[in-house]
Amino acid sequence: MNRLFVLLVALMLAAAACSGSEESDNITLLTHESFVLSEGTFEQFTADTGITVEVVSSGDAGALVAAAIATSGDPVGDVLFGVDNLLLQRALDGDVFQAHEAVGLDDVPDRFKLDAENRVTPIDTGYVCVNYRPEDLGGSAPSSIDDLRQPQFASEFITQNPESSTPGLAFLFATIATYGEDGWQDYWRDLKANGVTVTSGWTEAWAEYVGGDPGGDKGIVNSYASSPVFEGLFGGENPTISSILTDTCFAQIEFAGVLNGTDSPNNAGLLVDYLLSPEVQADIPLNMFVEPVNSQAEVPAEFAEFAVPVSAPLSLPPADIAANQARWTQEWLELLRE
Amino acid sequence: MGPVGDWIARGLLAFLGLTVAYPIVAMLRRFGSEPINVSVGSVLDLVGFTVVQAVLSTVLTVLMALPLCWVIATYRFRFRAAVMGAVLVPFVLPTVVVAVSVRNLLSQFGLVVDGIDGSLVAILLAHVIFNVSVVVRLVGGYWAALDPRLDEAAAALGAGPIRRFRRITLPLLRSALLAAAAIVFLFTFTSFGVIVILGGLGRATVETEIYRYAITRNDFGSAAALAVVQAIAVAGMAVMNQRLQRRLRAASATATRQMQPVGWRQRARVSVISGATVAFLLAPFLALLVRSLTVQGSLGLDHFTALTDRPNILPVSPLRSLANSVLFASLAGGLAALVGTLAALVAASRSRLSRLVETAVLIPLGISAVTLGFGYLVGFTFFELRRSPILVVVAHAIIGIPFVVGAVLPAVRALDRSVLEVGSVLGANSVAVTRRVLLPLLRPAIASGAGFAAAVSLGEFGASGFLARGRSSYTAPQAIFGLIGQPGASLQGQAAALCVVLGCVIVALVVSIDRLRGTSGGGWL
Repeated sequence: MNRLFVLLVALMLAAAACSGSEESDNITLLTHESFVLSEGTFEQFTADTGITVEVVSSGDAGALVAAAIATSGDPVGDVLFGVDNLLLQRALDGDVFQAHEAVGLDDVPDRFKLDAENRVTPIDTGYVCVNYRPEDLGGSAPSSIDDLRQPQFASEFITQNPESSTPGLAFLFATIATYGEDGWQDYWRDLKANGVTVTSGWTEAWAEYVGGDPGGDKGIVNSYASSPVFEGLFGGENPTISSILTDTCFAQIEFAGVLNGTDSPNNAGLLVDYLLSPEVQADIPLNMFVEPVNSQAEVPAEFAEFAVPVSAPLSLPPADIAANQARWTQEWLELLRE
Repeated sequence: MGPVGDWIARGLLAFLGLTVAYPIVAMLRRFGSEPINVSVGSVLDLVGFTVVQAVLSTVLTVLMALPLCWVIATYRFRFRAAVMGAVLVPFVLPTVVVAVSVRNLLSQFGLVVDGIDGSLVAILLAHVIFNVSVVVRLVGGYWAALDPRLDEAAAALGAGPIRRFRRITLPLLRSALLAAAAIVFLFTFTSFGVIVILGGLGRATVETEIYRYAITRNDFGSAAALAVVQAIAVAGMAVMNQRLQRRLRAASATATRQMQPVGWRQRARVSVISGATVAFLLAPFLALLVRSLTVQGSLGLDHFTALTDRPNILPVSPLRSLANSVLFASLAGGLAALVGTLAALVAASRSRLSRLVETAVLIPLGISAVTLGFGYLVGFTFFELRRSPILVVVAHAIIGIPFVVGAVLPAVRALDRSVLEVGSVLGANSVAVTRRVLLPLLRPAIASGAGFAAAVSLGEFGASGFLARGRSSYTAPQAIFGLIGQPGASLQGQAAALCVVLGCVIVALVVSIDRLRGTSGGGWL
């Protein structure tokens, strides 16, 4: 049995060695389950390059990146899309990607380019923001992140556990970015005293929000800048649209990269270029409900109608996130359970 | 079952070795040398809470299920098949839906489940809702086949109903009860979503910690250490279960017929017990039903008709995802039925490997989805198996196999050996006896187990969530998560509609599989 196995492996290695210089015309795009583009998007790519694309998804962004780190050097696909700035540093430290300078990078503003070595290419950006319904808050709307600790919004705010939820983590980072390394703890103590509700994930939080489930009664929820767009486009004839507390918005940038260990780095790079092309970029907003990073891409009017512009999003350097995240979430956990 | 049995046993062990043991070994080889950041003390605490909540969940589930088991075993009534199917519906509902429903239910009794502190009661309640079906189907089905004459004799001798249950029925049911309890225990031992959603901050089990270390922190060394602890604990419990099963003498079953309830008392008993249990289990489903039929504040079917179109945020239409789910459920259910039935036959045989097989088939149920999922990713690197849909079928089937064994093994042990011997005496070879006599007798149990295995697949349990999957493997639970994970009343309504359809599919599937019980004649499922 063992000998047979060794023989098989040897044969496969030999076959791989013989075809070493040949790149495959079938490229596998590894991504998370929220990845969607219009049907036929990759057919255009195939027509242009002769390369076919197979899309395989694997859980959410967290599971995707963990799996990519675990299989680093022997990846399941050739290109990965869906690592964001919150997870970026671990993926880079885990040697997941190889460098590729994408065509079209010049049309991307510098604030989206987070790796000087170009191991990842920015593709889209969205924001995690606090949403609220003024009409359900007795007419008084919060005007800043600081207002969430005011008694008039007591027991109205619901957010997510940063250990189990990406928007929850982004909101914790938003408070750290706003109040600093030494100030965020007091802010959270005040939030706790003010009756903040914490759920494990976005879905449960949204179910408790007045804009979510019919039974929901909280007036303020941590969600996305795109939530009003969803409400507008999928809310029926007279949708109620949430407002955004723009100074809570934490930028989430999604990247694509050529996977370390692919045997077709050039063709994989062509796919990354294609994802950054104005055509695909313009297709992103109405499929994934985030904004393109390529300034040449046109945002569809339907999306722009409900999208709230976020002019000065909060952010933290990926290296700081990687260095401190475990400590921050641990401190947060102990603080909330005090 | 002499040499043939041995060969089948070897085949089964090879299958489980490849699909369960090999991925764990591959994962250890990849991560075993990385640093471990968990202390022995914290692991002991973790194992302690994990075991305690699983034991409590199991006891409560059995207690909650027994009345319905009795009704199923005793009476023949109009909606019996539908009730047997309906108990499985929670299996295919997203955990978050059941969890939110439990929280709403408890708040009506004044118990607010806070996201910070969480609630053990809420965890147990959700576990009961998910697992009552295991006991009802495994124990109820077995109980129905018990010889009623013992009970009747005891009654004639003047024993009251409670005494008769304790002294006659309970001892006869032990084998099936243990089989069901073992499955519920392992299922709640590795429960993930319920603990995360209802447990509050900091309440954790071995399973949730494996996930946290691997996925949230990418600390694979610690995750691997916990995975080993979990695997050892589960193997120990599987051995214990196997030893206990051997000690129990199985009752012999006969082809009994359930009676029609007579008089208002009996009818009331049947309707109250089955009605109350089903209502309790289906409360989350009913909330979804209301939601799915509510369009802009009034009644409508729009959310259902919308399922045929692909909404922007999904890669395929919800209907297409449902078709994929049904295909996977059929394949995984079929594979589980085949492997599980063979395993049950081997376990009941005199094969030298029977004990090992009986122990091994239970283990996948107690192994973390993260362990298996990552084991597949780092282990099955050859032939691009890692992104093959076959792996999805296997990941679903190995969770379904214990259910099939749990249903079939007590039935095999309860078989009247003389029936098989008569066949042999009459000159039939062992294949003919198996095909013409054994399988028809076991068909109800196989059908019950296969129904479960299909439900497990439809509910997308296990490691499949971590595998790399193409668009042709995009299933209904994935579509539900996609829809439920976004604002917008129509998307949330479609998520509810798809849940409702998935619930109806499992009932229809189970009712039609159960129909096979009635038909006579040879042939495989």
